[in-house]
This record gives sequence, C-alpha cells and structure tokens, in this order.
Amino acid sequence: MTHATQRLFQRQRPDAELLIRSAHVLDPRADLDEPHDILIRAGRIAELGAPDSLPAPQDGEALDASGKHAFPAFVDPHVHLRTPGQEYKEDLDTGTAAAAAGGFCAVIAMPNTSPVVDEAAIFGSLVDRARREARVPVGFLASITRNLAGDELTEMADLADAGALGFTDDGKAVVSAGMLRKALQYQRLCGGVVALHEEDPALSGEGVMHEGAVSARLGLAGIPSVSESTMVARDAALAGYEDARVHFQHLSCVESVEALAAAKAVGVRVSGEASPHHLTLTDDVVRTLDSRFKMNPPLRTEIDRRALVEGLRSGVIDCIATDHAPHARHEKEVPFEQAAMGTTGLETAFAALFTELVMSGELGLATVVQRMSAGAALYGLPTPRIAVGEMANLCLVDLDARFEVGEDGYASRSTNCCFHGRALHGRVLLTLAGGAVVFRRPMLVDQPTTRSSGAAALHSTASGRGPGPQA
Amino acid sequence: MPRHLISIDDLDREGIERILDRAESFAEVSGREIKKVPALRGRTIVNLFYEASTRTSSSFDLAAKRLSADVVSIRSVGSSVDKGESLKDTIHTLSAYDPAAIVIRSPHVGAAQLVAGWTSAAVINAGDGKHEHPTQALLDVFTLRRRLGRLDGTKIWIVGDVLHSRVARSNILAFTRMGAHVTVCGPPTLIPRGIEALGCEATPTIERLHEADVVYVLRMQHERMHESFVPSLREYAARYQVGTGRLSPGQLLMHPGPVNRGVELSADAIDSPQALIGEQVKAGVAVRMAVLYELLVGSPMLAAVAVG
Repeated sequence: MTHATQRLFQRQRPDAELLIRSAHVLDPRADLDEPHDILIRAGRIAELGAPDSLPAPQDGEALDASGKHAFPAFVDPHVHLRTPGQEYKEDLDTGTAAAAAGGFCAVIAMPNTSPVVDEAAIFGSLVDRARREARVPVGFLASITRNLAGDELTEMADLADAGALGFTDDGKAVVSAGMLRKALQYQRLCGGVVALHEEDPALSGEGVMHEGAVSARLGLAGIPSVSESTMVARDAALAGYEDARVHFQHLSCVESVEALAAAKAVGVRVSGEASPHHLTLTDDVVRTLDSRFKMNPPLRTEIDRRALVEGLRSGVIDCIATDHAPHARHEKEVPFEQAAMGTTGLETAFAALFTELVMSGELGLATVVQRMSAGAALYGLPTPRIAVGEMANLCLVDLDARFEVGEDGYASRSTNCCFHGRALHGRVLLTLAGGAVVFRRPMLVDQPTTRSSGAAALHSTASGRGPGPQA
Repeated sequence: MPRHLISIDDLDREGIERILDRAESFAEVSGREIKKVPALRGRTIVNLFYEASTRTSSSFDLAAKRLSADVVSIRSVGSSVDKGESLKDTIHTLSAYDPAAIVIRSPHVGAAQLVAGWTSAAVINAGDGKHEHPTQALLDVFTLRRRLGRLDGTKIWIVGDVLHSRVARSNILAFTRMGAHVTVCGPPTLIPRGIEALGCEATPTIERLHEADVVYVLRMQHERMHESFVPSLREYAARYQVGTGRLSPGQLLMHPGPVNRGVELSADAIDSPQALIGEQVKAGVAVRMAVLYELLVGSPMLAAVAVG
C-alpha cells in the first residue's frame, strides 16, 4: 500500500528559505510555549534558537514576528473543494487558497462532487488536477457507495490503491446497516478510515434546522438530535462488532457525544470531529433566517454546544474539522427552506474558536491548537510539528489582530460564511505547508518595526508576494 | 410603526392597538355607500401571491382600492416563477413601478423578509410558509376586541393542526401580547416540539375545552402534509372536531377559513350564533386598510411626504 505522505497532492512550490524571528512558538505536542527564532532552510526547520539569536539565511529573508504566535499548521480532515463538477462554488486552487489563508497545511476533500468520486479513474484525474492546482497538500476520500446511492459498494480496494485516504458518503448517511457492515468488512482488505455523516433520513425528513423552540417559532421543519445520535450509536455498535475503524463526522449534539464516549470506553476504534460553527453558535442565530446559518447537521442548542466543547476538551472528540462547504450566491440568496446547506469555514476556523472559546475562557489555547491539527493522525497522515528536522508546516498568527470577517473579501470563491460580519480576533499572517510559503497576508503589522538586523517587518515585504485574498 | 409588517413581533401592544383603532374608523367607511377614501391616491400597491388564496388576496385587493391606490395583482401559483433567484428578479422588476407597498404571500418561510431587503417599498407579509400571517392575527384580535372589549385574561384555545399553521404562530403571539392566555390543543404529531416557547400551553387532549372563552379552530392543512400525521381523518374528527356538542354556552368560535366541513368543524357549529367566522372575513378589509394606511401614511414623516 502507498505510504500516507504519498497520498497528499499539491503543486510544486519553491522550498522556503526563511528566518522567523522571535515568534512565540506554541506546539503542545513538543511542549514548546515560549519565544524562539525559527530558521527554515530548504523547506525544513533547520534550527530553533533563542529570540534574536539566529542569522538570516543567505538567500532568504528574515521576518520579525515578535508578539506573534507560531503554531504547527492546521490540518482539516473535512472540506468540500467542489471539484470535479461544481467549480462555480470552489475549485482546488481557490479552496486551497482559503485553506492557506486559514493557516492549514493540509486538507482532506470529500467525494460528494459531480460526478461522485466513486471510481479509480475519477480519483486519478482528481489527483492530476491537485498536482497542478492545489496550493496546499490535499488528500481525498472516495465514496463508500456508488454515486452515494447507498446500495452498492465502490471498488474500495482499487480506490485505496489510487490513493484514497478513506471512504465516506458525506452529505448523506449510509442508511442501510447491512451496506455499512459490508464496507466495514471490506476495510480489512483495503484499509483506510470509514468516515460517516450520521443522519436517519426517516427522522430528519424535510427538516432544515434543529428541531426545538426556534423551529417551532419559525415554522421550519426540524431535524431532531436523535436523527444523528441514533445512527452514531448504531454504527459504533457495527464498528465494534466488525472491529472496524470508524470516524464520525461533524458531530452536533450532546447525545452523539455520549454515544461516542460510550463506544470509546469499551475500546471500539472510533473517533469524532466537531466544526467551529457547532462549537461556537446555536440555533438561536437562525431566528434571523439568514441562510448562512443553514447547514447539515444544523446548529443546535447551547446544551449541545457545551457538550461539544467539553468533548473536545476531554478528547472524546478528537479533532476540529471545518466542513468547509462553499455555495454560490444564488444558492443562498433564497428563502431559508430552499437555500443550500453549508457554510465556508477554512478562513475563519482558528479566529472563531480563539475568539469564542479561548478568549471567553471555555478552552485553553493549547487545546485548540492541538485539536486543529489532530485530524491528520486519524487518517494516518504525519502531524505537523515545530521541531528541528521537520518539514516546515507552521502558521504565524497575530492573536491581537481584530478583524471583521469578510471585510477584505474571501480567498474562497464563495462568501457563505456563517461568521460573516462578525468581529474576530486571531489573524493568520503566514502559512507554510509542505516546506513552502503558501500564504502571506498583505498589510499585516500595525506599526513598522525599527529592527536593524536585517529583519523585515511583515508588512514591508509582503506586497506582491504570495496568494493574497481575492476580492 | 415599523417600516414593514413581516411578523407580529414587529408590533408591540401599542402598535397593535393603533392599527385596530385605525381599522375601526375604516370599518365605518366600509359601511358607507361610497366605500372609498383618497388616502393612497396615486400610490401603487403590488399584491404578489405565490400561493392560492381567496380571502387574503381579495381583501388586500379591496383594501388597497378603498384607499384609492393603484393595484397590481400578480399570481403565480405553482409556476416556475416560484424559485428563489427569480423571486429576487421579480422584485427588481416590480420595483421599476416604484410601488409604495408590496404584499407578498409565499409558501416559504422568510420570503417577505427577503423581499424587504431587496426593495425600498414597504413589505407586508400575507403569509410565509408555516411561519407567520400577521394580518390574519390582527383581524382576529380586531374581531375579538369588538366582541369582548378587551382580551386581557381571556382564555383562548387554538385547536387542531398547529404544526403546519402560520395562523397559529401569529395568533399565539398576538393574543398573548394583548393579555390573553393561550392553550394549543391537537394530536401530538401536529403540535411542534418547543411550541411552549411562544408563551402558550400545549395539550393533546380536548377534555378541558370547556375552560376556554374562545375556541379558535385551525384548518387541517392537507396541502402542507407530505406524509401522514394522523392515522385517519375519521379518527381525527372523532377526537378533535368541534361541534355544538363540544362547545359550551357562551364560548366564541373562530376559524381562519377555508373550513373543511366535517373535519375540524361540524356544519352545525359553523352556522351557530357562537361562530364569528363571517365577522372575521368582514374585519379583513378594514384591518388591511389600516395596516396599509399605518405603514404608508401613519408615521408623521411619511405623512408629510404623502401630502407633499
């Protein structure tokens, strides 16, 4: 079988030669939490030194990052890049530009495209495009069932050989327990994670938001929590029975967290993810009928939100995933019931979590940073680390920078961000992915620095470099 | 006054009373031989109905005409126009006529609110999906106020298919805002989870119906049901139909129409002297005149523009 790192695809970029001076390095896995110089040579972390101790590389530049934080770059195990077939919403270039702007060094794309990624030939052409277009490394999942129809397995072994990191029918549940069981059995042959969107369509029906007091008030059909949690419980039982490796996608309610915890407690190989919007918002915002708040699973109650935050803190929920789901304007500028489900999330994930959870004291910064890249290991990918010898996968963040979401437009092709217009703190200034600078925010630093040792303030050298956000 | 009337939540008690007081004076106009006043002369009102309607559309039509407005009525029931993007296009097209108000009925929650964001006209919600129908609630309060004087302390039971009813939602809000106590009653499959958050009680049994001063029966909304919510209409009628046998003396009976005779109401109840159904229809024109007037002329600033 192919090695995991060979299952990430991106276009060639020059290796970084760079000194990041005096950044506050926070890498919870490496137990690093103090200012350092980071010297990057040929795309790798060559040296970590005391602040202002390292010389700039000969053919590179030096950035003054004092007062800024350097984190291991983030890994998003759940994005929709809409390629092939829905490039009017997003493509590999714009989607990975959004990822880079959000501090991500790798993303995993879902197969519910048009056509669905359910054959090795489609998978292969997608990989070719990623090698030409992707700004950050992208991994791909293939579908569990052909055309997401739920009644025939894909050629999972062939897809795994072609490079699939795993399998999902995301956007839909695998409704038939018998069908899912076959996929879990087949996993013994082909490996890869089976990732599940959990929803019982008989319970969610025509629902467009969480079922509760707000849906009662608005007259909108509701999606009850048990639509998700009963399926989590069912599939955890199947995973246990088949000793399969199952990942639960975008968990949204307290009952699902409890079901996941129960399965983990008895040793079932299950994991779970939660999205920044479910961790920070509740169905109360849907009272505005703003279709940016329409997503599946829906925003739920404060009790659910708190359970997700606690699950993330305790580790029952393993990682953060944005479920970045771009949609064109015309698909969202319609009455709520008709609007497409989904919100973009790559560009705002860290800032939303930092502002709403860290600044409010609900979660520690180290926990958020750790969970932002914990999705990598779940899919067998290397976890970004800030350590000598490692590939440069890191991001530089200004925690003090306050910005209004969308004020400078988005790198994503779509604008359906549920945090649009919100004032957030914590701006990503620079992202290195796979050893290359993939994002650099123009006009970054409030005041020019007067450092004389050859270090350029970020803002002074930024113009015209790297992929800035497009209008 | 708010600029638009999208939801009963746009009005406080004072705002509701102001519209009802205005409606009293327009009800007097409707009693004259020449039922017309020049209040909106030269102004254009668009009635945009994306859903079947008899009462609401005809009474908005009449209300605008009795205020001397120019009226454009557009119906596109079930047509392909009923798509979001073309709703926006339609509003842009209609905006070329520079309407003072757009009255919209849509099968979709939030349609009126969206339209309000796309036009400079005042927008009146004539029903948006299962969300709200504020002018129905206002005419119901008007009808009850005329009969009872005030609603404070009145016990009102709303019986039937609450799940699919925008009338129920607007009326719970309006009745409670006017001081009434509201109980909703119906099969558990047709009472939305969390409805108590609107400020009412909910019960699946009709046994305590005698406690009500007013019995407001909802239409069984077959057209909004894409699945079976009750085992049979026969059983539903046996359990929840309001007939003269279930009504106590002195209780008032209301229904937003159109009635499914023999389903939620028995024929004898419809024709009983306790029924206010005819008065509700009659109130529709006066109340909608009042809403148009208050939104377009009522505020002092707009009144100056209207006179100028």
